[in-house]
Amino acid sequence: MTFSSPLSTVSKYRRHKYAGPVLVVAALLTIGSAFSIASALPSATKMTAAATTTQIAEGKKIFAAGCSSCHGLNAEGSSIAPALIGVGGASVDFQVGTGRMPMADMSQQAQRKRPVYNAEQTAALAAYVSSLAPGPSAVDGANLNYERDGNTAQGGELFRTNCAMCHNFAAQGGALSQGKYAPTLMGVEPKYMYEAMITGPQSMPKFSDKTITPAEKLSIIKWIKAAQNEPSLGGATTGRVGPVTEGLLAWLLGLGSLIGIAVWLATKAR
Amino acid sequence: MSQKERIAGGVANYVDERTGAAKWLNKNLKKVFPDHWSFMLGEVALYSFIILLLSGTFLTFWFDPSQRDVIYNGSYQPLQHVQMSAAYASTLHISFDVRGGLLMRQIHHWAALLFMASIIAHLLRVFFTGAFRKPREANWLIGVGLVTLGIVEGFLGYSLPDDLLSGTGIRIAEAILQAIPVVGSYIAFFAFGGAFPGHVFIPRIYTVHVLLLPGAFLALITIHLMLVWYQKHTQYPGPGRTEKNVVGYPLMPVYMAKAGGFFGIVFGITAFLGAVASINPIWLYGPYTPGQISAGSQPDFYMGWLDGLVRMSPPLETHAFGHTISWNILIPGLIVPGILFTGMALYPFIESWISGDKKEHHLLDRPRNVPNRTALGAMSLTFMMVSLINGGNDLIATHFHMSINQIMWMSRIGIFVLPPLAFVITKRICLSLQRADRDLVLHGRETGRLVMLPHGEFVEVHEPISPEKAWTLTSHIQPQALSTATEDANGVAKPKALVNKLRSRMSAANAEQMPAATATEAQELEGGHH
Amino acid sequence: MNNIEKFQDPGLPEHIHRKADHDEGAAKKAERQVAILFLFSALGTVLAITSYIFIPNNIVIFIPIMGDQVASQLFLGLGIAMATFFLGMGAVHWAKTLMPDTEVIAERHEFRSEEVDRDAFVATVKEQGGAAGLGRRTLIKRSLGLAGALAALTPIVMLRDLGPQPKKQLNTTSWESGTRLVTDPGDRPIKPSDLEVGAVAQVLPALKAGEERTLENVGKDAVLLIRLNPNEFNLDSERLSWTHDGIIAFSKICSHMGCAVALYEQQTKHLLCPCHQSTFDVTRAAKVIFGPAARPLPQLAITIDSEGYLIAKQPFTEPVGPSFWERNSK
Repeated sequence: MTFSSPLSTVSKYRRHKYAGPVLVVAALLTIGSAFSIASALPSATKMTAAATTTQIAEGKKIFAAGCSSCHGLNAEGSSIAPALIGVGGASVDFQVGTGRMPMADMSQQAQRKRPVYNAEQTAALAAYVSSLAPGPSAVDGANLNYERDGNTAQGGELFRTNCAMCHNFAAQGGALSQGKYAPTLMGVEPKYMYEAMITGPQSMPKFSDKTITPAEKLSIIKWIKAAQNEPSLGGATTGRVGPVTEGLLAWLLGLGSLIGIAVWLATKAR
Repeated sequence: MSQKERIAGGVANYVDERTGAAKWLNKNLKKVFPDHWSFMLGEVALYSFIILLLSGTFLTFWFDPSQRDVIYNGSYQPLQHVQMSAAYASTLHISFDVRGGLLMRQIHHWAALLFMASIIAHLLRVFFTGAFRKPREANWLIGVGLVTLGIVEGFLGYSLPDDLLSGTGIRIAEAILQAIPVVGSYIAFFAFGGAFPGHVFIPRIYTVHVLLLPGAFLALITIHLMLVWYQKHTQYPGPGRTEKNVVGYPLMPVYMAKAGGFFGIVFGITAFLGAVASINPIWLYGPYTPGQISAGSQPDFYMGWLDGLVRMSPPLETHAFGHTISWNILIPGLIVPGILFTGMALYPFIESWISGDKKEHHLLDRPRNVPNRTALGAMSLTFMMVSLINGGNDLIATHFHMSINQIMWMSRIGIFVLPPLAFVITKRICLSLQRADRDLVLHGRETGRLVMLPHGEFVEVHEPISPEKAWTLTSHIQPQALSTATEDANGVAKPKALVNKLRSRMSAANAEQMPAATATEAQELEGGHH
Repeated sequence: MNNIEKFQDPGLPEHIHRKADHDEGAAKKAERQVAILFLFSALGTVLAITSYIFIPNNIVIFIPIMGDQVASQLFLGLGIAMATFFLGMGAVHWAKTLMPDTEVIAERHEFRSEEVDRDAFVATVKEQGGAAGLGRRTLIKRSLGLAGALAALTPIVMLRDLGPQPKKQLNTTSWESGTRLVTDPGDRPIKPSDLEVGAVAQVLPALKAGEERTLENVGKDAVLLIRLNPNEFNLDSERLSWTHDGIIAFSKICSHMGCAVALYEQQTKHLLCPCHQSTFDVTRAAKVIFGPAARPLPQLAITIDSEGYLIAKQPFTEPVGPSFWERNSK
């Protein structure tokens, strides 16, 4: 029996739905492909040389206005917020770029929301924080050619060993203690996933480049994207959160509809 | 005589001449079955079982119950070249390389969930209507056996694919075995053929899953149905329905058509679920290895209450004389379920002991008319629901923005507080419903029509209810308290006085009822109005 | 008040005839409805077989709400569902509308036999039982009991070869003093400098030449490596000496029921087990602070070798994983 995987043909059927994002990613990838992964990735952990003094000054201004009330005037931290000296541009790019910072309220954990600052302002903030002390700098999404450099199967294995315990087997997110949670990874931009792995935002630990190499990180991203783009094999998913929703469906839809039919069956016809 | 009738007659004749069963068959083809939707719940279970046999057989044609290591080389790309067990690889093969294989796997799993759900619903129906009473105690015991085996069978089936989730389940089962005092580690090593996970567990449970337990099911279900057949079905109370008859439709043709048709409907719904709703996507879980885990690792719902109990258990362990006893595993994993299932099995005998009722019962109870039993049922159900909810506390936490710690504490307190509360509330509700029945019989139905009396007062017109309805609402048995004497005539305490006291107190509680309305009372009221 | 009259059973209500019973038109209509249901079923079978044969497995279609679906599996399933469901609906509708719907009363008899038969039966049991002398001949009774109980032992004894004795296997792991910690997966040795503060790594013992790693090994050997600021530790001096430069190592196998505990919350320094939510405080040697686990996760003493790679200083000092009877927990 000749048989090709449903997955290998999926992209052409998603054109209508993901045309926009796919084109953008494709364009970014084309630009990014000029750099090889070997040269691009190590630079991600060094300071960006491009940070100009004006950018830093601009960032300092934004910081003073929007961040210093919690993180201190010189990012030295306070009782309610950590010091940002040495966290690097990657952390700023992740926290501000995903809208987690500035925090809306002092709840258990910062949530992803619409970013307050635009890309330029975020870059300026990152440049300012990077200028305080060296740290991992922001990742350029264009350099993350995970489709080319990643290995899905290896990524899956790494994901299940290092990520699934918090983010669930299908990257749908999960509960942590005391009301905290690991967010879903569906639809998260690759660069933010990468930055999260190297900076360890909030409850998440860091995953060092020596224990999970940059190439392995790309494999993880590739697997997550494959899981996200996989057609719902076998029917609509029940949230991909395991047997709880399956049991609920069996009772409500399965037994529920059968009881409905049994009521019809046992009433007399007129 | 038409051609068709001649053929039918010929067939009947042919059968009888070879078996001499004419008399028996004639009687049984006319066998009467009462019709009620709640009597179909057990049928759902039976039909799900048949679906399980059919779809399960299909799956065995490709499933390889082996834990030998293989490198996957099938058509599911994200697991290409990953090392896994042959069991997992063959499950992937069924899912992606056998046409209709995934559908059959999903039908099998949905049917298993439906099997357990309908067994539980059927059990609740039997419990709340008192269908377990004499002469049906044996069938209740078989039913308790079936639900217990169902839980085991379901768990084994869930374990066979050897994916990350099922392996985690086996890991926990192994920990329960290992926790048994004195012989635990031996039992675990014998079951797994050495250290966990070993290479023999899946082949072993495969034999149990496809041969031993289905065989036991077949035997028990056969006896269960033969008893239903022989003892004739119970029926709900109503006009013309007595302890001495059974009102319904004959097996041939009405019941045959309805039951056969219902099998098709159950199959259809299961196949529909299998077609449109994904269940147990093992390819996403990945192969099992003890070093990996997924957030939200739960068993199927019929085991979920056990997992919930284990989660809420306090951290109790005894360390003494170089030995360890894990109460945090034994109590929620073995002792509490043992007590619950033993209590459930013995319930018909306990109830008849308390009430002193040794009569046959073929008319079902309306749950409100037996407040204590109904309240006890509600109490047990509440216990199970609290445990089940705690079994999914991590998902509840993320979906309703709560903290697992809060939910855990609510469950820990709730498991003690809510069941007794459910008992009290249910009993009160039952008694008020009895009062409402009584009012309905005596005062008639509220019509919503208002009339103005000559002196200007508005009253609502009450319409008397039909004699059929009045009979249905008043015909139930009203239990009497047993005599409370714990001493004989000479003032000497009877032996087992304490037990007798307990018994008479419980029977007094059973007798706590609203008296059913009588015709005399209705006439007196009627007289009063005029 | 001495003759309280109860309501009387009015008997089975009069049978109400269906439309189809007296109206030939209604009966014809019902017949047509049943036929349509059966035809739907037939259509379902056609759909199922057509999908099986003609729709290739790699065609994916978008269905609203359900998302992208594999067409062959979806239509095969819907076809089977239609075929069986409508077959059943047709049969039930037929039974409801056209088959006789007059309720039939069957008599029910008490199971208890006639007094005469019953007495005879009881007498027989008593007599025959007595004739066997089971009550009298206690020697026979006891020896029979003994033989029966012993006979049941054989099948239990014969299960002995299911597996080996546990011996010390539950107490030991592959970790020895000097075993290198390597990444899982990847098998790369780790230097302390490879881990930043706040980083974790899943590790296993390095394999010796010619050795293979089995799942049984992983089930006992899996270790989680966490790096903290050394001043965040709240450990006694012995346990502190088991850490290296802020790096602390714990068995990943839960002390409760053996799940992999690897859910590390970097801010609170708590480890959470996703199976039963036992929570361990990393700074206090994995002390249990919530949930059903009764013991801390065993800590692995670590140090570095001459090449600067992390190694185990000594084997685990206690058994890893769930408790068992022979476990000496002091």
